[in-house]
Amino acid sequence: MSGILIRGASLMGGDRADIRIADGAIVAVGSASAESGDHVIDADGLVALPGLVDLHTHLREPGGEASETVLTGTRAAAAGGFTAVFAMANTTPVADTAGVVEQVEALGRQHGYATVRPIGAVTVGLAGQQLAELGAMAASRAQVRVFSDDGHCVADPLMMRRALEYVAAFDGVVAQHAQEPRLTEGAQMNEGPLSGELGLTGWPAAAEESIIARDVLLAEHTNSRLHVCHVSTAGSVDVVRWAKARGILVTAEVTPHHLLLTDETARDYDARFKVNPPLRRAEDVAALRAAVADGTIDIVATDHAPHPDESKECAWSEAAFGMVGLESALSVVQHALVDTGMLDWASVARVLSTTPAHIGRLAGYDRPLSVGAPAHLTLVDPAASRTWSPGELRGRSRNTPYTGLTLPGRVVATVHGGVPTVLDGALVDAETVAAAAGTGR
Amino acid sequence: MRHLLTTKDLARDDAVRILDVAEEMAATADREVKKLPALRGKTIVNLFFEDSTRTRLSFESAAKRLSADVITFSAKGSSVSKGESLKDTAQTLVAMGADAIVVRHHASGAAHRLAHAGWIDAAIINAGDGTHEHPTQALLDAFTLRRRLHGEDARGRALDGARVVIVGDILHSRVARSNVWLLATLGAEVHLVAPRTLQPAGIEAWPATVHELLDDALATGPDAVMMLRIQRERMHDAFFPTEREYARIWGLTAERFAALPADTIVMHPGPMNRGLEIASVAADSTRSTVLEQVTNGVSIRMAVLYLLVSGTDGGRA
Amino acid sequence: MSARPVLQTADIARALRRIAHEILEARRGDGRLVFLGIPTRGAALAERLHAIVEEIEPGVAEAGTLDVTMHRDDLGRSATRAPSPTRIPSGGIDDAVVVLVDDVLFSGRTVRAALDALADHGRPRAVRLAALVDRGHRELPIRADFVGKNLPSATSERVFVRLTEVDGVDEVAISS
Repeated sequence: MSGILIRGASLMGGDRADIRIADGAIVAVGSASAESGDHVIDADGLVALPGLVDLHTHLREPGGEASETVLTGTRAAAAGGFTAVFAMANTTPVADTAGVVEQVEALGRQHGYATVRPIGAVTVGLAGQQLAELGAMAASRAQVRVFSDDGHCVADPLMMRRALEYVAAFDGVVAQHAQEPRLTEGAQMNEGPLSGELGLTGWPAAAEESIIARDVLLAEHTNSRLHVCHVSTAGSVDVVRWAKARGILVTAEVTPHHLLLTDETARDYDARFKVNPPLRRAEDVAALRAAVADGTIDIVATDHAPHPDESKECAWSEAAFGMVGLESALSVVQHALVDTGMLDWASVARVLSTTPAHIGRLAGYDRPLSVGAPAHLTLVDPAASRTWSPGELRGRSRNTPYTGLTLPGRVVATVHGGVPTVLDGALVDAETVAAAAGTGR
Repeated sequence: MRHLLTTKDLARDDAVRILDVAEEMAATADREVKKLPALRGKTIVNLFFEDSTRTRLSFESAAKRLSADVITFSAKGSSVSKGESLKDTAQTLVAMGADAIVVRHHASGAAHRLAHAGWIDAAIINAGDGTHEHPTQALLDAFTLRRRLHGEDARGRALDGARVVIVGDILHSRVARSNVWLLATLGAEVHLVAPRTLQPAGIEAWPATVHELLDDALATGPDAVMMLRIQRERMHDAFFPTEREYARIWGLTAERFAALPADTIVMHPGPMNRGLEIASVAADSTRSTVLEQVTNGVSIRMAVLYLLVSGTDGGRA
Repeated sequence: MSARPVLQTADIARALRRIAHEILEARRGDGRLVFLGIPTRGAALAERLHAIVEEIEPGVAEAGTLDVTMHRDDLGRSATRAPSPTRIPSGGIDDAVVVLVDDVLFSGRTVRAALDALADHGRPRAVRLAALVDRGHRELPIRADFVGKNLPSATSERVFVRLTEVDGVDEVAISS
């Protein structure tokens, strides 16, 4: 595999430097010169970030290939600057056995666009009745460390307690989709004045906050790690902040869409804005942004949820919940946090790469853009600007909420383990990536 | 006016105009020939995803009295029940030549999507979408109230100063929502009564006074009391403990009815749960407008169809 | 735009008085008369004719209005119009002589619509037409039985009728 020389990139928004990559690793940072056969990238004006890591993605394969596959999903990831994705377990069949998680991991490795780390279900079939074989999944080739019934809440408090205790043995973490089911039956959007006006069943903030409150106390009691998926309310932020102050081992994530959009988008009943947890109030968006800035929320994770057109082009209450988000994540984070002065690029690297990798126990991301580290990185042009449309998407589905918005930034190149997956703003073709992935490192 | 989707977006002038045109439509019911040729050659489609014999017949009757061709498409046993989407169904109907579509759907916002998603180009009339709005019901309620208050002098008038109490499951009621916006627009003073479990979020901001007990609202001496149907199944989702308790606190019992001012009218959109939200003595009294609400429904729907479909500024231009 | 007055208050009053006498003469002393004015100004004229007839022969006539909006043949070609009230006197029109009253007779289409509208209410013994002004240019085979003034005009010209009840003044004018 040939080397890559990146000339004059701003390292995480800081000083400009050259980066040379060879044999899947970063071999020089600072002033470097090209060797013969190197692919040279002029990175003047570009920001170099460590490859982004998404702790919450839905790849839909096996079973949901009409919406997305491991191939199309990891291509979308690479286009968004991601080099690793954690794939949620709510597939068909559910990823609750070593067999399924190994299949998903292998597909990711074959295609080569990104490292795919499957997330294992907490309970068999996501049914909340019986623990899945968490140990077997941890020991499998997929090395599962993150367990989640996402899509569903682990609502039974006893089941949640047991799961928290059980995964500690293999340094695992339970990632909770916090949604008290009895308070959210038939819920369609944030419970508030707008839901009352529109006649859509409300999803009260307390249904999320009460589960998080319960879980952090259980995590404290069992002395185990807890991760809270897609935090969406100011109240949830307060609970997490309180828990961290007590020394509880809790980490939290927020999606890009919860950093930008509010429930007002539901006014037109356009189901592209229907998501779980729902878009909330402007006060919640502000609280979430501040929480990312002050570290109460540790990471940004996309909750990339592809759905076919017919699941969105219908009445709101009949539509599926979810939005795609891999391709737009970095732009939305730049728009909501960097361009507003709340976060610098180094912190973007922290919330979108180093920390998610750490939570998921994914190796190779703890020394970003350093000599000797695996060559996972992305180059972003922060001065670029795009009017968003489904044409910017690279996955199989088109359910994006940002159509018509002007978003800053554009991924110019992505390198995964030394293999370029995006060059000149365009995806490298699948055969080349797969071949390089097969032979490389 | 291109569509009639909500009363929330209905301006006062447009609302009064609909009521006035409905007066003329009502007059045809007393004539030898009850038909008008105004919509001859136009095709009205009733697209009913939710079963509703009364509203469907009312719209059919209205369209036929205007000499329009009517096609009724109800969900049971149709391609819709076989999984055809709202979008495909609507496009098929317009391809068959529908000038206007009257749509009733169990999902809030369905009429709005049909009107604004860009799938079709036809006038859309919302005949009830989920728990969101039922504008023609509110219009016929306002028409009924206006006639009872002003009789022959009703034309050109709104409902300024009228005091109306609406009682029941506000949370799940599209009739309540449509009535609140329209009555307020027409200048009425609106009072809402429901146990807190059946009040929607944000009701404090609605143009109405909210009471938790029916007796408090009735003490204001209303011109009209509108009882909403309560679904017995709500008991099982803990909205209220028993029918007995609901009727005792929020029902228009014989005692409450007897204590009303002599001129207060009693309204109900139907169908009624006698003995639950309304006592028979109230439902059957001369002050009950239940049956004339049904008659007025046809006149209102004739007015709406005429105004939306006949000229070049409505229907298919 | 210059409007040339053609009839003033006194002319209009004289014309209506003459029409009222002609109507009574044609009646030959028997049968109910029902004046139905076409809103807006035809209705005012119908009331005036009724009042004059009541002076001469009380009790033989009634008056009301007949709105023709729903029966127009041009409904789909212009913006929606709201209809005016139709008030048929309590005796109805069956077997009566109905006198349709309008301010200006032009293409004849309004009268055609009025005849259709009338058919929804019953079967009169006869229908007559009284118009304050007949300006010619008929597009249908319709003629007035009683005319206040014949006013030959070019189609490009516009005829204005103003009545006290509606416009505060009595006047007929034509503009070129």
